[in-house]
Amino acid sequence: MNGRNIAVVYRKELKDSLRDRRTVISMIVVPIFLMPMLTIFVGALSARLIGRAMLQVPAVMIIGGEDSPQILAALRALQDVQVVPATPDYGQQIIDKKIRAAVELPPDFDAIIANGDTARVRIDMYQGEINSGFSADKLQKFFRDFRERTIRQRLDARHLPENLAEPLLVEETNVAPPEKVGGVVLGGLVPYFVIILALTGTMYPAMDLTVGEKERGTIETILCSPISRMSLVLGKFLMVLTASLSTAALAIASMGLTLAAAGKMVGGLSQISSMGLQFQITPQAVIWVFVMIVPLAVLFSAALLAISLFAKSFKEAQSYLSPLTIVVIAPAIVSILPGVELNAGLSLVPILNTSLVCKEIVSGTYHWGYIALIFVSSCVYAAGALWVAIRLFQREDVLFRI
Amino acid sequence: MIVAENLGKEFRDKDRGVIRAVGNLSFSCQPGQVYGLLGANGAGKTTALRILATILAPTSGTARVAGYDIRREPEKARQNLGFLSTATALYGRLTALEMVEYFGRLHGLDQAAARRRTLALFERLSIDAFRDRRCEDLSTGIKQRVSIARTLVHDPPVMIFDEPTSGLDVISARTIVDFIRECRDGGKTVVFSTHVMSEAEKLCDTIGIIHDGRLLAEGSLQELRARYGHAGLEEIFMRVVGA
Repeated sequence: MNGRNIAVVYRKELKDSLRDRRTVISMIVVPIFLMPMLTIFVGALSARLIGRAMLQVPAVMIIGGEDSPQILAALRALQDVQVVPATPDYGQQIIDKKIRAAVELPPDFDAIIANGDTARVRIDMYQGEINSGFSADKLQKFFRDFRERTIRQRLDARHLPENLAEPLLVEETNVAPPEKVGGVVLGGLVPYFVIILALTGTMYPAMDLTVGEKERGTIETILCSPISRMSLVLGKFLMVLTASLSTAALAIASMGLTLAAAGKMVGGLSQISSMGLQFQITPQAVIWVFVMIVPLAVLFSAALLAISLFAKSFKEAQSYLSPLTIVVIAPAIVSILPGVELNAGLSLVPILNTSLVCKEIVSGTYHWGYIALIFVSSCVYAAGALWVAIRLFQREDVLFRI
Repeated sequence: MIVAENLGKEFRDKDRGVIRAVGNLSFSCQPGQVYGLLGANGAGKTTALRILATILAPTSGTARVAGYDIRREPEKARQNLGFLSTATALYGRLTALEMVEYFGRLHGLDQAAARRRTLALFERLSIDAFRDRRCEDLSTGIKQRVSIARTLVHDPPVMIFDEPTSGLDVISARTIVDFIRECRDGGKTVVFSTHVMSEAEKLCDTIGIIHDGRLLAEGSLQELRARYGHAGLEEIFMRVVGA
């Protein structure tokens, strides 16, 4: 191994790669523009769709109630729903999204209420359909208000205090600071995107520097130079690592800048802004996320270099690396799932451990023991992958597997 | 000089088992001489030359290149040889100047020396006008000259050519043949492989006929003519390989 030769190879590979359009796209363009595009466009679209659904006056049907003019009149007087004439196929109409919800009133509703009995009302809706959900919420609110009014009237008629039906009040208070709440909401997404981009930023350079050399016929040219194969693989590895880290760094920077804009956009929604969330990453979190990504980037770079070198052609390398994306995405997704918390066992699971610890870091929680454990275990995996890559570069059957 | 002693190379194939590509190959070539390995496709020429260039490791025997054992000191052996074949392509995204300088640096030259040596070679090979063009944009003939500059940038005492004219047009092939002559006249040790009889006749001081990985005959053209009773190398070759 010779540091000077490694540097010579690294500089050449960097220059060569930066002249390759596909490498530049995966290394620079994607992390810089993918984040704003995903965050701003998807965020804007969601905000617009949700806002529109909330403002919409949905069509609803009232089934029954012909013998209860009071409740019918009250429902028809609602400003934020439009009562349309009832038809027997109301269920199908909800499924077909022609109406958004239906209220089924029992016979003699007014009389039941007047007699002090309990009336059972059913609201039919399309579970999971956002417009139907908002419509059902409006009807729920109407009946909640109606129930409270009725209780007060009944208590009043019996000269009983209003608080008789309210023996206790439960209050829920958020004690977490707004940036932590925001961090929990977005904390999973940050490492998810950064890890995926650290991988995708590695893919093209790894293939170009290995199987690309085989395809272009330059592998024999470089092998007949006096540089040792270890220096050669380390020079190439450093270039692939540069691609991975710069992709990750640009992704983090881009995300940090766009989160403020995205936060304002998402914060524009009444429910979220009332929660007082802050969608931003502190500089300390940015640094620590990057530090935790470094061994993972080493792992990706070495593993992809080894796999790509093993392939006979670009096409074969792509067929090996494409499933790898799923292998990486899966633990990143698992880390976003609710209830998946960092523990000693998960600290040893590659990718998932980094994803989980970054999620904690973004939300402002620093478990230093886990951070150290994850960093060390990730370094061990990375060293293993690098060792495999170096070994493969010594094997003639791999280098000349064409 | 080059001295090969009982060089052997076997490959393992999962379908065909152990394949012997080269067996007990021994020959030597002195400075100022051209040794030609003549053989049909698949005879073992490329494997033999890749072993000498230390791109492949022998499974038996060894060789010395410029005094360095290819098994024990492969990097020093490579430091003293230039290897050219049709498979030794150029880095397309580098300019001609960057390409040759890169190899100068890999051979231990500092930046200034690599630049000086590259420019001198470009002048000598009449490709100075192309030095800032990317290799991918060069014609086949200019690419060949850049490859020649790449092999000479460290001024090696030993040159190895593996079918260097294969697939080239007449003019490009002529450039290579002239270059091989220049190397010989400059006192370099030259080993080259070919299946083109006329090239071997024109260039070689010693011809080794290789078939199925084994050296079947060796000698100067005159010696081979006297031994096998034919004037033409093609007839001699056919007689030796028993075709």
